[in-house]
Amino acid sequence: MSLRRFGIAAFALLAPLWNGGLALAEQRFPPPEFETGYKMPAITTPAPRGLAMEYVDVAVLVTALGVAAWLVHRKRSRRGLIVLSLFSLVYFGFYRKGCICPIGAPQNVAYGLFNPDYAIPVTALAFFLVPLLFSLFSGRTFCSGVCPHGALQDLVLIKPVKVPLWLEQGLSIVPYIFLGAGVLFAATGAGFVICRFDPFIPLFRMTGSFFILCLAGGFLLTSLFVGRPFCRFLCPYGALLRLGSLVSKWRVRITPDYCTQCRLCEQSCPFGAIREPLVATANPAALAPDRRRLGWLLLLLPVLIAVGAWGGSKLSVPASRLHPTVALAEKYLDPKKPAPTPGSATPETLALTRADENAEAILTTAAAVRRKFDVGGWWFGGWVGLVVGLRLVSLSTRTARADFEPDRGSCYACGRCYLACPNERVRVGLLSPAEAAGLNANRAASRVAASART
Amino acid sequence: MSTPAPNHPPVNRRQFFRDGARLAAMTGLGAFLGVAATRSRASQNTVWQIDPSKCVYCGQCATACVLKPSAVKCVQSYEICGYCDLCTGYFVPQPNSLDTGAENQVCPTAAIERKFIEDPYFEYNIDENRCIGCAKCVEGCTRFGNGSFYLQVRHDRCLNCNECSIARVCAGDAFHRVPASEPYVIKTTAHE
Repeated sequence: MSLRRFGIAAFALLAPLWNGGLALAEQRFPPPEFETGYKMPAITTPAPRGLAMEYVDVAVLVTALGVAAWLVHRKRSRRGLIVLSLFSLVYFGFYRKGCICPIGAPQNVAYGLFNPDYAIPVTALAFFLVPLLFSLFSGRTFCSGVCPHGALQDLVLIKPVKVPLWLEQGLSIVPYIFLGAGVLFAATGAGFVICRFDPFIPLFRMTGSFFILCLAGGFLLTSLFVGRPFCRFLCPYGALLRLGSLVSKWRVRITPDYCTQCRLCEQSCPFGAIREPLVATANPAALAPDRRRLGWLLLLLPVLIAVGAWGGSKLSVPASRLHPTVALAEKYLDPKKPAPTPGSATPETLALTRADENAEAILTTAAAVRRKFDVGGWWFGGWVGLVVGLRLVSLSTRTARADFEPDRGSCYACGRCYLACPNERVRVGLLSPAEAAGLNANRAASRVAASART
Repeated sequence: MSTPAPNHPPVNRRQFFRDGARLAAMTGLGAFLGVAATRSRASQNTVWQIDPSKCVYCGQCATACVLKPSAVKCVQSYEICGYCDLCTGYFVPQPNSLDTGAENQVCPTAAIERKFIEDPYFEYNIDENRCIGCAKCVEGCTRFGNGSFYLQVRHDRCLNCNECSIARVCAGDAFHRVPASEPYVIKTTAHE
């Protein structure tokens, strides 16, 4: 028992060091020599998820993309896409907890390109490139049934509300801006903002901070009534897929035969992606004002880029504060910083103590990060200007089309419109040709009546 | 269907541009893959881990992790441990008595098991199902003892988030990506 007393005495002796932060570089209490043949337990080190499993993820992704492309373009099956969506939701969502996903992968790639010490994981690179490659051939098949975020929103959509076109067009530039911000913050090492503010990952994990859970709930509630709000108005990877699918080899074709102009497909699309026919005007002179506007907008484009770049450069200082080291350096240099009070060490004062000990290293790092932001701010601002300008340009162009067709970029290939088309119903045998003809005659008559009323 | 509608000519101007753009995009993706694959000096997948020598026991491992309870747990390096009766990682300063009474324990969740081995030595084990990674015991053991308690990210729990939410707020800048082949930073000497 004398040893216990010694222990207490030693404790009392050392107590003043409690806040001293003193660590003696030796073993204060020598390890005992056991007499009873006691064996020390081994330290367990559970292994992380194996690399082989990550290749399984890539294989599942490629297979699912292939199946989605087949279901969209060959089988033309909404039901098949629902089954695939459920699988993706379970596998990539609830089983893999949404990590890694292509939405966040552009950040890994940007971070890797600008920080050679970071190896871009093979899986992140594959998840970034493979859906993009697929989009060049089969459109947004990734969105249609492989993305767990899209699947979740698509499956809970019960009563779609039509978003006004001006709002849709205006908000559709947000994904590009979000993508630019994600790349800026990842390239400068400030963090992965796309992952941080992802509203659906907390649902897959069933846990998260209060703020992010509120965001998740908000998005989930919205997706009951607005088709895929995240995909349409926020998803940065969807922005890339949109560009890819603009030049895709195959596109979603609503009718297998000819378009009866019945507008049923347009009503069936909850994403407002189906565009109505637009006949080229017979009189080219009537287009002169439009042409002039397009010309002005093309001239405006470099101006918008320049203005954006200038504005972006003004934002670089506040944006750089998202980097933890810059934030710490600013706090350290702030004369009103909290004084370290003995006995109540908060994370903030502990970090300030660290800054005090390595002031030079931290200030150098912070300055280097800020220089990166100085350059990145120009690029980001220019990107925003370019996106706004190109959106304005695209609003002023017209594409002649004879039939109701899904917009290449906005179509998620969900397959809802297929069975809305009477000709498709005839093809699959749900409707006899005679019935379809009668239906079309009725609808044509009611359309004539409606136009007569107005 | 993939066949063009019959009333369209086989290749029109728009189609031509689209094919060209697709080819350019594929070339771009290929070049991008080449650059991304060769640029990095490192060559391994990484996981998040704590450097025990930088840990300042700020307690945010318990609160900032996306998992509740945190994937960060205290681990015990038995070869460093002094097997003290008065364990400063186990007992609060000036405990009423050296027993397992809750009021004497530093650990808020009673996750440390105290087991008698032989006079006067006691073994201390961490029950990882109870541990929340608050580092209170780590602080006690490191400041006054041998420092055999320290925090580690446990990879059977960690989701390996793209961006670790603890790393973002870590007061000691102790979180780093480490090669997945060596996922732990095991302490072998006291106060390294």
